[in-house]
Amino acid sequence: MNVKYIGLSEINGPLVALENVSGISYDEMAEIRLDDGTKRLARVVEVDKDRAVLQVFEGTKGLSLVNTTTRFEGRSMQLPLSTEMLGRIFSGAGKPIDGLGDIFPEKTADINGAPLNPVMRTYPRNYINTGISSIDALMTLIRGQKLPIFSGSGLSHNKLAVQIVRQAKIAEENGQDFAIVFGAMGVKNDVADYFRRSFEESGALERVVMFLNLSNDPIIERILTPKVALTCAEYLAFEHDMHILVILTDMTSYAEALREFSSSKGEIPGRKGYPGYLYSDLASIYERAGIVKGAKGSVTQIPILTMPNDDITHPVPDLTGYITEGQIVLDRNLDQTGVYPAVSVLPSLSRLMKDGIGEGFTREDHQMVSNQLFAAYAKVQDARSLASVIGEEELSATDKAYLEFGRLFEEHFINQGFDVNRTIEETLDLGWQLLSTLPKSELDRVDDEHLEKYYSAEKAAEYFGKDI
Amino acid sequence: MDVIYSINGPVVKVADTRTFAMQEMVYVGNKRLIGEVIRVESDFTTIQVYEGTTGLKPGEPVEATGAPMSATLAPGIITNIFDGIERPLRRLSEMSGAFIADGAAVDSVDTELEYRVYMNVSVGDHVSAGDIYCTCPETPVVEHRCMVPPLSKGGEVIWVAKNGDYKVTDTVVKIKDAQGRVEELSLMQKWPIRTPRPCKRRLPIDRPLVTGQRIVDTILPIAKGGTAAIPGGFGTGKTMTQHQLAKWCDADIIVYIGCGERGNEMTQVLEEFSELIDPRTQKPLTDRTVLIANTSNMPVAAREASIYTGITLAEYYRDMGYHIAIMADSTSRWAEALREISGRLEEMPAEEGFPAYLPSRISEFYERAGYVETLNGKEGSVTIIGAVSPQGADFSEPVTQNTKRFVRCFWALDKSLAYARHYPAINWNTSYSEYAEDLGAYYRAKVSDDFMEVRQEISNILVEENTLMEIVKLMGTDVLPDDQKLLIETARIVRVGFLQQNAYHKDDTYVPLEKQYLMMKMILSFYEKAKDALAEGFSASQILELGWAEKIIKIKYDIPNDKPEMFRDYELEMRADFEKLTGGADQ
Repeated sequence: MNVKYIGLSEINGPLVALENVSGISYDEMAEIRLDDGTKRLARVVEVDKDRAVLQVFEGTKGLSLVNTTTRFEGRSMQLPLSTEMLGRIFSGAGKPIDGLGDIFPEKTADINGAPLNPVMRTYPRNYINTGISSIDALMTLIRGQKLPIFSGSGLSHNKLAVQIVRQAKIAEENGQDFAIVFGAMGVKNDVADYFRRSFEESGALERVVMFLNLSNDPIIERILTPKVALTCAEYLAFEHDMHILVILTDMTSYAEALREFSSSKGEIPGRKGYPGYLYSDLASIYERAGIVKGAKGSVTQIPILTMPNDDITHPVPDLTGYITEGQIVLDRNLDQTGVYPAVSVLPSLSRLMKDGIGEGFTREDHQMVSNQLFAAYAKVQDARSLASVIGEEELSATDKAYLEFGRLFEEHFINQGFDVNRTIEETLDLGWQLLSTLPKSELDRVDDEHLEKYYSAEKAAEYFGKDI
Repeated sequence: MDVIYSINGPVVKVADTRTFAMQEMVYVGNKRLIGEVIRVESDFTTIQVYEGTTGLKPGEPVEATGAPMSATLAPGIITNIFDGIERPLRRLSEMSGAFIADGAAVDSVDTELEYRVYMNVSVGDHVSAGDIYCTCPETPVVEHRCMVPPLSKGGEVIWVAKNGDYKVTDTVVKIKDAQGRVEELSLMQKWPIRTPRPCKRRLPIDRPLVTGQRIVDTILPIAKGGTAAIPGGFGTGKTMTQHQLAKWCDADIIVYIGCGERGNEMTQVLEEFSELIDPRTQKPLTDRTVLIANTSNMPVAAREASIYTGITLAEYYRDMGYHIAIMADSTSRWAEALREISGRLEEMPAEEGFPAYLPSRISEFYERAGYVETLNGKEGSVTIIGAVSPQGADFSEPVTQNTKRFVRCFWALDKSLAYARHYPAINWNTSYSEYAEDLGAYYRAKVSDDFMEVRQEISNILVEENTLMEIVKLMGTDVLPDDQKLLIETARIVRVGFLQQNAYHKDDTYVPLEKQYLMMKMILSFYEKAKDALAEGFSASQILELGWAEKIIKIKYDIPNDKPEMFRDYELEMRADFEKLTGGADQ
């Protein structure tokens, strides 16, 4: 397919149209060469008999109807892959940008991937110990899970992601390899740099593949970034038996890029102007986490998204929550009171946790402790709203105990610090100590046997001594 | 030959042709992707393609099949897992590996496998549509009954195969109709997925689908042949609730449709159901389950079809005289697939971009539920339980609102209950069931004469609590008079001890109706005694110090399902304690 087409028939935003072309297939890649010798990549998004509409990744600036020649490649977008990619930095479209030259590909793969057959999935059960109490105890991360961080501008989501990367033992068994694939969509240069430095400091840089599409890079390239990053992750996980942790930030920028692209194509918008297929499109990214039957590796995803105006019902967090297996929600109020990580416990959740914890994984009482902490913290909220109306003095003894529990829970359990790495035993014991500050009769989610074993008001008083 | 004119996502157009009929199934392109005709105009015929269209070119052939999108109905469906257009996923994985390739042509059921077939008819018999001509064991718990296709004219049996082992495509019976035409019947038939299968007549609804979930069975019951919706924001436990119902409800066959949901969830269903033993049959739950998995990353058009494929399979087994329950998770994804296709067709959108025909599509789907007398005179039912995923957990959005109009049972999941890990997070104040009345007679006959009254009293306690909570939220419980404190405490027992149910506890995950009834009686008995004691001048705190509230809450764990006689002991013990309190004060 080496026919070259001279000129264009239409330019509209990132889209260009060509007429009188033949043999063009849907989703095919093309290279547009400008008169000045620079090249741009484009993809076919619509074909009508002899007319093709292309999206240009690097933008249409400088293009005119006459100054281009277009060559179609006859195949959809392929990413060259090799284990050499570890330690390298690529653009959002998968081109090396660290000045070290092209990689020598072992193979190439279609970046769109194909849907993983549900019967070929292995249900994820191995938990990842992140060393962060709130996550380990209450929304346990499981290998092969997709667990996003719902955050807001200015909150410490990047720091949290870095801490998870640093502390998570994702490859503890039989010395298997692990690697991190980092996809940045529309993030600030500073943020990308923060991640790079943090990986460097933790000595993991040669195990990281970075795909960077910064906020001033073209939006069409941004649409490709997560797909490119996941293609690389799948290759390393399923063909080289590595445990891969994929961090994608920021999914909101990605969705906005998709919206911009959709509206320039003249599509009918759905909610808040996002295209009607936003759910399917996000799913095609998130569903690429998992474990394939027979493969030793796994792909675990931690996408980060900022909720515009901290609104969890905004289409991007909303649709994400419907696809991912839980979410870690950060809270601005907690953050402002100096709690790090500012995990808002109640709306956070890990759907896969129930099968990856308990005896043989963490500890037999894990589920109970977790349920009880959730239930108790939910009552703290009731007690607080009551206290704000009638005043703390007027509360019943039980409600006062809950207020106290809430304070200790936030200060000692959620608040942990960037450098503190707790084992699961430490975390669960801490949970019991907190529960022991409540009257025994309030603990209705734990059975008597474990209540006997772990409940100790004295120990709690001793531990929190100066605080009570 | 007809060729592709244009391609836009899953929508393909063919120009200047008169070949195609509406809703006809077609093969698109050199890869022979499966598609369906969705619009016919003089200039263009529009086709939605059920597989990825990447790499498709204008000029590639489009081939008509002459038949509408149909489901293959034959032994081999139960225990299987299909995609949205009934392709078996296990076979696909054998052909194309872990990832699903486009254009993979596989038969829906295994055509090589032989079944032991027992003939029900002999030469000279007259059969008509719906009549069962042979049976074969499909799984240890499901007997497959092959029926004369509903559109057949029937006739006289002129040839019958011997009892023995046959493949699904083998002819086992030949019939001759009045005009002398001979029809050959095998174990397999086809039915267009968008057309409801006929039945003789609809029967009134009067039997519950017993689920073993307390809040469902007692407060918000669903009938066999009924419809229910489970709306809830993400993380409120829609899928968990559906899993629980699929595991424990007393239907003969479960059709579980994973429509645009997570791949891992389907894997979980596969694994869990093969390990769990059905208490009624002592066989794995997979032996009565068929899964349809069109996960969120699989092609969107097939997602739209998956709902219809599922219900067609259900109706087929209903016609054999079985009771089927369909779990559709989630109907919102199906509605979104409609929206997506509609957008590509540039149709005029109605509310929130959804097409104007959304309500009629939803009602068509739910109306395929029902308790019927089949063509062959048996009784069968299809119960539909659809999850709804409202955008932003806002129940006023179009899919929830339209669903609400066409279902009779509405189990609204509540975020704050889920946050407090109160599962199932069905909010008893905003949910309703219109079946309670219809099912009263059954409960009275099968459980207890006063079941409906007991149920009503429990509901009343919850309603009164709800009113009181407005005051409590403002002033705290301390200001309430003692009788109201008692009511709040009793309502807590109902909520924590009765409505909340632990899916991971061996006894609590499924509770028989009898125990549910006894638990309610126990709570009411406590409330009764406490009110008496209050009338005699004891304070609420004195009564609560007896500790019976905590004891009743733990009954769900402490009294095993097979020991209902223990309730008597509890009752006697409680009576003694109360007498000690009131008697002690007399002295």
